[in-house]
Amino acid sequence: MISPTVYLARHMQVMLSTLGQMIRSPMSNLMTIAVMGIALALPAGLHIILKNVQQVTAQWDGAAQISLFLKPSVTDKQATQLANVLRQRQDVKSVTTITRIEALEDFRQNSGFGEALEALEDNPFPAVIVIYPTEQSDNLVTVQAMLASFKERSEVELAQLDMQWLKRLYAIMDFGRRGIWVLAAMLSLSVLLVVGNTIRLAIQNRRDEIEIIKLIGGTDAFIRRPFLYTGFWYGLSGGILSWLLVTLSIWLLSGPVSQLATLYDSDYSLSSLDLSSSLILLGLSISLGLAGSWLAVSRHLHAVEPE
Amino acid sequence: MIEFHNVSKRYPGFGDALSQVSFKLTSGELAFLTGHSGAGKSTLLKLIAVLIRPTNGQVLVNNENIGHISRRRIPYVRRNVGIIFQDHKLLFDRTVFDNVALPLVISGLSHREIGRRVRASLDKVGLLSKEKSLPITLSGGQQQRVGIARAVVNKPAILLADEPTGNLDPELSREIMDLFVQFQQVGTSVLIASHDLDLIAQMNSKVLTLHEGKMIAGGMHNEPQGGLR
Repeated sequence: MISPTVYLARHMQVMLSTLGQMIRSPMSNLMTIAVMGIALALPAGLHIILKNVQQVTAQWDGAAQISLFLKPSVTDKQATQLANVLRQRQDVKSVTTITRIEALEDFRQNSGFGEALEALEDNPFPAVIVIYPTEQSDNLVTVQAMLASFKERSEVELAQLDMQWLKRLYAIMDFGRRGIWVLAAMLSLSVLLVVGNTIRLAIQNRRDEIEIIKLIGGTDAFIRRPFLYTGFWYGLSGGILSWLLVTLSIWLLSGPVSQLATLYDSDYSLSSLDLSSSLILLGLSISLGLAGSWLAVSRHLHAVEPE
Repeated sequence: MIEFHNVSKRYPGFGDALSQVSFKLTSGELAFLTGHSGAGKSTLLKLIAVLIRPTNGQVLVNNENIGHISRRRIPYVRRNVGIIFQDHKLLFDRTVFDNVALPLVISGLSHREIGRRVRASLDKVGLLSKEKSLPITLSGGQQQRVGIARAVVNKPAILLADEPTGNLDPELSREIMDLFVQFQQVGTSVLIASHDLDLIAQMNSKVLTLHEGKMIAGGMHNEPQGGLR
């Protein structure tokens, strides 16, 4: 029987010799690897973009705020009192009051329509109380309950929660995530077929060799081995290429993104593939390479029988 | 070492390629298999190498009935049967050494053992100096001897040769035959399919003659039909 060391040495030998064969005919192999690399880089890249968007919006997640527009009859003093009452609530982190005068001043300075205000006799602005919920109560259900309770107060003309757009964004992102999964599944399938077809051609090219090996007592496992290792190498190099493509693209985009972030007063920067995502990408690519070659080998090897 | 008991091989639509063939070849016995083309020589050899299965009868190789063994078992049977082909069946992208080493690599021998046995085998056929050559650079007779070295490197119990001297001149043919006799002398059963009647006449060995699928000389006769099934 074969000793384990010899068995291992044989695997190593086949592993290295298949790599050697691939390196000796670089052009056709590079084509296959490029197809794999690009096909995998596409979903991986979209995944990274989505992840970045999630990171940005995660910062907004704790940004639920309820604006209470008070009735015009409520004076600034009453407004401050109401703000103090609200501040006592367990689920409120902080409260900001914009008095009617402050609102007027703010408008006069920032809107550019200051002169229009001169024409008005009264201050048209209501006092506004902005309520920030605590982190524990910062979820849609609790915040909506809070909103309902504020609406019932007699001083409040209008209570408004600015979360609808966030919900819509999340729905779009969810859609995007599904889309990426569908795309990844279809491109993975195509990678599988590309590897399978390449291995099928390799089997056809080495038909004579396979026949001779079968004639002198080579087992199916022995014949399968070099093709499976070839699939492994396709998977590994395709995975590395897709990693490089994604990393390069992120690097190219990071400049404009940080510029954009600066314009929004943020120090946000694009994150690239982290270690675990990189390993998953490589692992997936290797599995696809192996599965593709396994498919081809199990379908076509039996067809090559010596006569 | 090889026993056929009432073996028939029928190809649907073509009739019987072999019919009720019985013969025995013991260890260390050398026999010729002869007959006109289409008489069933190749079919008989293919049955021993499990390239085809018998329709009827028993084929025993090393006391194992190989007529109905599983697919997975076939490689291990073939490792004990060295085959020499008329067209050599060498791998032309590998050196002489690698060609001869192939059966040992398949069997999973260590690197050192492979080197030792391949050189011994090449030495036997007189091609030790050519171990690094590619087969394409060798003459027909030399290629045939590489094929022989590969067939015997694993020390099989049985050696089959299909028209091994088909393309060789009488002198080279004689050399090849001398090699077969040497293997026979160390206990290998050797079965040589050939229609070179002059050569066979010189050898003074057992001759199995096939005619239209029936063994008309050299076989075992009068076996009761199906008696050993």
